Amino acid sequence: MIQLAAISRIFYMGEQAVRALDQVDLTILPGEYVSIMGPSGSGKSTLLNVIGLLDRPDSGQYLLNGKNVTDLSETEQAKVRREKIGFVFQSFHLVPRMTAAENIELPLTLSGIPLSERKTRVLETLQSFNLSDRAQHRPAELSGGQRQRVAIARATIMRPTAILADEPTGNLDHRIGAEVMALLEALHQGGTTLLIVTHDRELGLRAQRKIGMRDGRIESDTRNEKQ
Amino acid sequence: MRAQDTLLFAVKTLRSYPTRSMLIMLAMALGVAAVIVLTALGDGARRYVINQFSSIGTNLIIVLPGRAETAGGFPGAALGQTPRDLTLDDARWVGRLPQVRRYAPLNVGVAELSAAGVLREVTVLGSSAEILPIRHMRLVQGNIIAGIFENSAQIILGDKLAQDFFPDGNALGQRVRLGDRRFLVAGILAMQGESMGFNSDEIVIIPVQHAQALFNTHSLFRLMVEARHRSEIEATKAAIHETIVRRHNGEDDVTVITQDAVLATFDRILHALTLGVAGIAIISLLVAGILVMNVMLVAVSQRTGEIGLLKAIGTPALTIRLVFLTEAILLSVAGAILGFALGQAGSLLLRIAYPQLPAWPPIWANFAGIAVAILVGTLAGLLPAARAARLDPVQALNKR
Repeated sequence: MIQLAAISRIFYMGEQAVRALDQVDLTILPGEYVSIMGPSGSGKSTLLNVIGLLDRPDSGQYLLNGKNVTDLSETEQAKVRREKIGFVFQSFHLVPRMTAAENIELPLTLSGIPLSERKTRVLETLQSFNLSDRAQHRPAELSGGQRQRVAIARATIMRPTAILADEPTGNLDHRIGAEVMALLEALHQGGTTLLIVTHDRELGLRAQRKIGMRDGRIESDTRNEKQ
Repeated sequence: MRAQDTLLFAVKTLRSYPTRSMLIMLAMALGVAAVIVLTALGDGARRYVINQFSSIGTNLIIVLPGRAETAGGFPGAALGQTPRDLTLDDARWVGRLPQVRRYAPLNVGVAELSAAGVLREVTVLGSSAEILPIRHMRLVQGNIIAGIFENSAQIILGDKLAQDFFPDGNALGQRVRLGDRRFLVAGILAMQGESMGFNSDEIVIIPVQHAQALFNTHSLFRLMVEARHRSEIEATKAAIHETIVRRHNGEDDVTVITQDAVLATFDRILHALTLGVAGIAIISLLVAGILVMNVMLVAVSQRTGEIGLLKAIGTPALTIRLVFLTEAILLSVAGAILGFALGQAGSLLLRIAYPQLPAWPPIWANFAGIAVAILVGTLAGLLPAARAARLDPVQALNKR
């Protein structure tokens, strides 16, 4: 469960203070599928970064599964990110010199998991993401959709409780984007909390819960009761 | 992240930029090799000089006529005095000192040697039979008996001269003419080669009285004295000095030098020289270190996106620092090992090219070269690694 209380994040552009997040209160229940929409500069990416512990709020309190994570040290926050959160980025962020399998393996390596267990888990994941024949290819040899599938595989291999996706289809064409969305939604079906930041209305409307942002505030928060 | 995974990660990264890695490694390796080869050269020169000195004898004390004075000429010259000759009598008195094991007076000159129809100018040493043990010279043929050699017209030929004059190898017992005197060949020196710029294969040795008559002099060129024991060298030196001064009516007009003192001076000078060239070579290692730092800084800025990603998937700053530091250390360790091999190969080539120069790198230089390379590489990696660890993940991710 993600609980934000009066979270503010202020950037300074020269003399002027920009409130990227302005006293945001938000509670996301485990297993929810939430889309965050809004024009650029509305603070939706900053909100995602704060939830993902990539960015520290200037004020406010953030409870993750009931535990205050605002004041954790950098190393402790890194541990939380490693174990609880999976990131998916618009530009994939694969390490170019590593093969698909090595990219997927990276979070396991960082966690100090023994080699034999890493290999079996990477093989399983490659299979479930239908990437087995691309395991030894480097990112440059993969298509955009394949790259994002590798990135999603990497985000899920630690079995996080939440997947945070920032414009996951922004660099993909419509058809491939839909495939990637289907993949993410399948993960949500499996019980993972899914947060998607997008400015694509059509994509955003697929979520059960739709949050609209403007000028660092939550403007609308609607739930699709049918699902 | 486990240590072996950190290592593997760094190795893979380095291997994915082969040109870059090879070039830094080469810079490091050349620095280490320079330290090793240059110190091998310096230390080789030191050993060469020491060997040369040892080959002219051990526990050696040399008496020279005239007082060593660096400024101006002989100090008595202004008062109308000239230094007294160092005579054979002086030598005999010195020889009676209890600390002296043996002594050999020495006159040196050039004379014409003729035998079997061959005529040639040769270097002549006039001395006693004791010159052989003092100068560590051996005979291959003949037998020289102390006490008899000095009082007879015997001659010892250098190995090469004996072969040149008597190619049949029957030199022993032959008569030869040196200047206007005739001598009986009583011994042939063993091949010894050159030492202190002096080739003992092309000299002849005759009794010192004959040499003095031949060169028409009463003064000795040198008096070589061998002390009984290494620890007595200084005492012997003082006793010799006192004896001769007393014989010269209290005039201090001889110079007594010990081979040890000369040797120690050369040893110090050449050791300082070796340290000096090692210092110069270590500067090239520092330059290599700066190169490592520069390249690592470029790598950090090139891989900003990757660092952001590593942070996003939960890598603590400490791990990121370690990964980059490991890369720098690996580069310098590999460079140091390569440089060690290059340095050893270089020293070997030196020894092959100049067989008389014992160009072995000193052990401390091997260690110093490797240690400085690794230390410099590690220090050079600290700043880039810290910079990578400090990067803000959000900004780093947005950079690409």
